[in-house]
Amino acid sequence: MADMELTGAEIVVSCLRDEGIKHVFGYPGGAVLNIYDEIYKQTAFEHILVRHEQAAVHAADAYARATGQVGVAIVTSGPGATNAVTGIATAYMDSIPMVVISGQVPTAAIGQDAFQEVDTVGITRPCVKHNFLVKDVRDLASTIKKAFFIAATGRPGPVLVDVPKDITQHSCVYEYPKSVSMRSYNPTSKGHAGQIKKAVQMLLEAKRPMIYTGGGVVLGNAAPQVTELVRLLGSPITSTLMGLGGYPAPDPLFLGMLGMHGTIEANMAMQHCDVLLAVGARFDDRVIGNPKHFAKEARRIIHIDVDPSSISKRVRVDVPIVGEVAQVVDEMLKQLHAGKEQPEQSALKAWWTQIELWRAQDCMKYDHTSAKIKPQYVIEKLYEVTGGQAYVTSDVGQHQMWAAQYYPFDQPRRWINSGGLGTMGFGLPAAMGVQMAFPDAPVACVTGEGSIQMNIQELSTCKEWKLPIKVILLNNGYLGMVRQWQEFFYEERYAESYMTSLPDFVKLAEAYGHVGITVEKPEDVEPALRDAFGKYKDRLVFINFLTDPRENVFPMIPAGKGLSEMILV
Amino acid sequence: MRHIISLLMENESGALSRVAGLFSARGYNIESLTVAPTEDATLSRMTIVTRGSEDVIEQITKQLNKLIDVVKVQDLSDGSHIERELMLVKVRASGDSREEMKRMADIFRGRIIDVTDKTYTVELTGPGSKLDAFLQAVDPAAILETVRTGASGIGRGDRIMKI
Repeated sequence: MADMELTGAEIVVSCLRDEGIKHVFGYPGGAVLNIYDEIYKQTAFEHILVRHEQAAVHAADAYARATGQVGVAIVTSGPGATNAVTGIATAYMDSIPMVVISGQVPTAAIGQDAFQEVDTVGITRPCVKHNFLVKDVRDLASTIKKAFFIAATGRPGPVLVDVPKDITQHSCVYEYPKSVSMRSYNPTSKGHAGQIKKAVQMLLEAKRPMIYTGGGVVLGNAAPQVTELVRLLGSPITSTLMGLGGYPAPDPLFLGMLGMHGTIEANMAMQHCDVLLAVGARFDDRVIGNPKHFAKEARRIIHIDVDPSSISKRVRVDVPIVGEVAQVVDEMLKQLHAGKEQPEQSALKAWWTQIELWRAQDCMKYDHTSAKIKPQYVIEKLYEVTGGQAYVTSDVGQHQMWAAQYYPFDQPRRWINSGGLGTMGFGLPAAMGVQMAFPDAPVACVTGEGSIQMNIQELSTCKEWKLPIKVILLNNGYLGMVRQWQEFFYEERYAESYMTSLPDFVKLAEAYGHVGITVEKPEDVEPALRDAFGKYKDRLVFINFLTDPRENVFPMIPAGKGLSEMILV
Repeated sequence: MRHIISLLMENESGALSRVAGLFSARGYNIESLTVAPTEDATLSRMTIVTRGSEDVIEQITKQLNKLIDVVKVQDLSDGSHIERELMLVKVRASGDSREEMKRMADIFRGRIIDVTDKTYTVELTGPGSKLDAFLQAVDPAAILETVRTGASGIGRGDRIMKI
């Protein structure tokens, strides 16, 4: 044979190898048996067997968030694919580059209600950037190449490739395309020069500038450029939940997170600035609250985003700039450096005086004298013990907000959480993905007793791979965020937000071969964390912190209210 | 405001469902939608008639552009354009009304394309308003069945949508 023919299964594995993939998260099943047989024979990448497909996708997603590379997951047809859907939707909402390969029943069986058949392309369509059903083995390699290209470029997102079992048996000559060109997909990378010039001028003329950054700065690797811009302008900056780490949080120009649980200074500055620069952020409901209230104050808005459909979706903007944020901000910096103009210093000074008044209200204060463990205190200690160097994954709820508020991230890609979809169960598999990417880095999963039980089975995967993750369980016995809303908005009717019959988490951790610790007193918080990151450095440590069950997340903007309508402690 | 949006898209299976799914998922209206392959068999041309505020229409065109299979989007309502719709109407045509029906079809420049001793099937093309007018002009009791394609649209003059 002149040209070696490969089977579809061999092609899948060869594509992943040629794409430079080092880690694949997955779970085998009937429709992907041929692919797994080839995975067995190869050494180019590691396959991490999870305990539930949702975890495979979350792990691949977090791997992508932490490394910037495309994450890869493989699942089987039917329930494998449906279990993956939550993970795919999570990645889609947060624009995470990921390729999911799903098995499908043989081509001839499609539509026959075959065993483990679902319309995977149909089910995932609304929560992927794109998906493909491969109908001919000769299209397989080019489809996988396209999947990686689409996932990683423009506004990133998950792409699913559905591969029927017979396609994995058919064979053809294999060639992995070097490049992709698609007439229907050409994302804009360079921002419009005229618009950039206008934006720079507007920022120089601003008397009360404000910079608001989102996940796009992290995903677009634009943190250095944004940091330089902020410092050059002397402007205050805030970040969304997804944008944390895009600017060093300990810096005085950083006003903390904004939005529903944002700081007074960030939310008030958003509301009262005269020029707002939004970078890689999308003005969502948890960030600006009610758009009508937001629009009450006049301000000019510059919006940089790689996705044109993010612009003027919820808020009208004056200077839209479509392009990759790093490129656009680079261009802005060039113009600022070339010109001699500077923002008017007296106006800026007056603006900062106002901001410092807001900041002086110290909205993040909490009771340090309590005999109960305050969850905020645990996060502050976690920051101290890890020297701010940990990768922190989280689940969803109060603990997530406290982690975002009290762990001042100073680097991008260190804070890994499900922002858009708000997926409970994300944290532990996400920590696995991060730890696989960075075996020697400290990785903490901040979680609640509700969330952790949604993917607790992954303690087994962690055992298999000896992942030294630190599970920081803020256990208040309640679905805390639900409880908080019920206290504020449902006259304290705590419907189904209290969980009885929690497991003994220490024994549970031990049953999976890990270290379990319960901490009941504030003075034991720091020693337990020191043990976890010191004495038990190489072990998974599950710390069950019994925290104050009545503690709430403040400040809080009730849903539908405006940025200046915060509830404070 | 009513808008008529033209798309060129890859002639791939599932492409139509991506468009239809986008409209339902984001709560946009579809008044009508027509689609068929073009002279280039790898491309389909779709015409969507929708309604919405300027902001909504802007989002619709952006979201359509975002679909990977969509090659080109044009809001035909932005400039002068021509719209045509095809309607087939089966009408009762017996006794005294038989001659009257024939005259109505002529007035509207319709063609009778199927005949029985009791019915005519009339083919009519034109802007939607003309088809509506025909339906209003004939006796409602005489209308047995109607089928309409929804509008297809094209720009006037040099306005060309091609890749």
